[in-house]
Amino acid sequence: MANRSNSPQRIVIIGATSGIAEHCARRWAQQGASHLTLVARSEDKLALIAQDLRVRRPALHIDCQTGDFTDPAAIQLLVDNITREGSPDIVLIAHGTLPDQSLCQQNLAINADALMINGMSPVLFAEAFITHMVATGQGTLAVIGSVAGDRGRKSNYVYGAAKGLVMRYVQGLQHRLAGSPVKVVLVKPGPTDTAMTAHLKHQGAKLASVEDVANSIVQGIQAGKPTVYAPAKWALIMMIIRHLPRFVFNRMNI
Amino acid sequence: MVAVTSWGRLSRDTHQVTGISGRAQAAAQIHNHQPGICYGNGRSYGDICLNAGGHLWQTRALNRFIHFNEETGRLRCEAGVLLRDIQRALVPRGWMLPVTPGTQLITVGGAIANDVHGKNHHVLGSFGDHVLSFRLLKTDGTVLDCEPQSDLFKATIGGMGLTGIMLDADLQLRPVKGPWLTTDTVPYHSLDAFFDLADQSEHDWEHTVSWIDCLSGSQARGIFLRANHADATPAGAKIPGHKQLNMPITPPLSLVNRLSLRPFNALYYRLQARKAGAGIAHYEPFSYPLDALQNWNRMYGPRGFYQYQCVVPTAVAKPAIAALLDSIRHAGAGSFLAVLKTFGNRPAPGLLSFPMPGATLALDFPNQGDRTLKLFNTLDSIVRECGGRLYVAKDARMPAELFAAGYPNLPDFLKHRDPGISSAMSRRLFGS
Repeated sequence: MANRSNSPQRIVIIGATSGIAEHCARRWAQQGASHLTLVARSEDKLALIAQDLRVRRPALHIDCQTGDFTDPAAIQLLVDNITREGSPDIVLIAHGTLPDQSLCQQNLAINADALMINGMSPVLFAEAFITHMVATGQGTLAVIGSVAGDRGRKSNYVYGAAKGLVMRYVQGLQHRLAGSPVKVVLVKPGPTDTAMTAHLKHQGAKLASVEDVANSIVQGIQAGKPTVYAPAKWALIMMIIRHLPRFVFNRMNI
Repeated sequence: MVAVTSWGRLSRDTHQVTGISGRAQAAAQIHNHQPGICYGNGRSYGDICLNAGGHLWQTRALNRFIHFNEETGRLRCEAGVLLRDIQRALVPRGWMLPVTPGTQLITVGGAIANDVHGKNHHVLGSFGDHVLSFRLLKTDGTVLDCEPQSDLFKATIGGMGLTGIMLDADLQLRPVKGPWLTTDTVPYHSLDAFFDLADQSEHDWEHTVSWIDCLSGSQARGIFLRANHADATPAGAKIPGHKQLNMPITPPLSLVNRLSLRPFNALYYRLQARKAGAGIAHYEPFSYPLDALQNWNRMYGPRGFYQYQCVVPTAVAKPAIAALLDSIRHAGAGSFLAVLKTFGNRPAPGLLSFPMPGATLALDFPNQGDRTLKLFNTLDSIVRECGGRLYVAKDARMPAELFAAGYPNLPDFLKHRDPGISSAMSRRLFGS
């Protein structure tokens, strides 16, 4: 239990039932956080996660909340309620789904849902939290984007575009808060072994372990880095992919 | 399809891998992916967790704790939880798993399916002795609660994962005052000396194990280690960090080979013999020394390695172990990780549990194809003749008849098999 004294005390996780978020919560519980507010869409899944965290650290105060992640007014209300309890040291916005690209191309309703839950929804949460954090002048806001947001690719550009929106939005927040004690972190995980990617594993994809990804995220947030690739090797891979000339990139089946 | 290996890295066959994401989802997720077998953390050495060309159900996402009673030490957790995670969460609160094997990087489900044992068998038996109950999902979708008096419980302890998919289990932990052990290191110079030490230590020491230099034949030299849980934190004791080294690549040839083995063993013996006498150790480096070196199995090169672990009955233990060591020396083979220990005189909790009263010898051999398999046939004949058995958690090649001879409860066990579950090992040993 290293540096318990300066470890974050009050942590809010939006999309707490995501595999990455759950493992971040375990790390923070282990490091000595005192309050954890877990927010998700499914009450049943949240209950299982809270049960697990209580065994890991009985002294941890856990608050579970559910809400509508697509309605701006509901998001505002949820964030107001959470921040009324106390000013968070860390907010992690982690929710998302991995939509089927070809279904998104065929059905605009599915496409719109995917853009909403992966793009609009996280940035609305971010904006709502930032207002409170700026008012209290403290805390770190971390938003989970994706390596998929770095360059549009035919295999997942709907998801990629939503995550690209998140990236630009966070960039703007970082610019706005430059020099402020409030930190904003963009996390870009590579393909990670979670329930969201179960079908990729089926296809033989090589996935990073969720424990390793969560460790990189928790460390990156603690260091207050503006961008955290998890695992770190994706920084190099995506730098190459971003800079590939179009005539090479267009021949790639990715 | 995904290439999957087990710890011995002897095969890289492709499997249709399905991740089980939660207890509530498990039945639906495996419904269209049968027959298959559960794959936990992949630390068993052979084919017990493999199903070449078929379905594997990955259980690592079943890694949540459910409940812990700080007064009684009773833990309920999902079957994919690693023993390491239990220990790291609960040792600081004064509770420890009573029985763990030489690695804690295994799942609770795997520990039960192999009914693993540790260095304290003569005191606390095997892992299954501390399982209070579990829930088993049958491949037809029914979920059964199993308690120790039931036949299905006994079939599932050491049941190779063939009786159902374990969802969660209730485990009895044991109280400890802290993470420390008081240790005693004793070099020995003959098998007689080993057996004397084992006899003398049984009463006063909870953990006993020995490393043996198997190149020295029946005139064996080795290092006998014994330990007890310390009552207090010893002065100056510092909890080790969780630093891990990694074997980043697989070398083109086994690093354990004829040239390296003799100096390896001589050096290891000298280093350990220098530590002779009393000491203190944290439970992690003492009990799981290899866990600090990630991917250590890669050092055996691209062809992988076999582990051969047998147990021979007490009455013939001395001559049988001597004969095994002599055969290994005559074959010009040898093993770096050679472990010799005795099991206590206790009834086993499972129908197919490995431990029996006697001595167990575990050896690693780089895979050299027919040469290695021929040596195993010789070792098999010694084990068969003296009424011993081989350990399925380590096995990738034992003949079906040796298994049947070593495990007389096999016909009873087969009545409890789930027809939707099949593994490479089950087909090799029982034909289905």
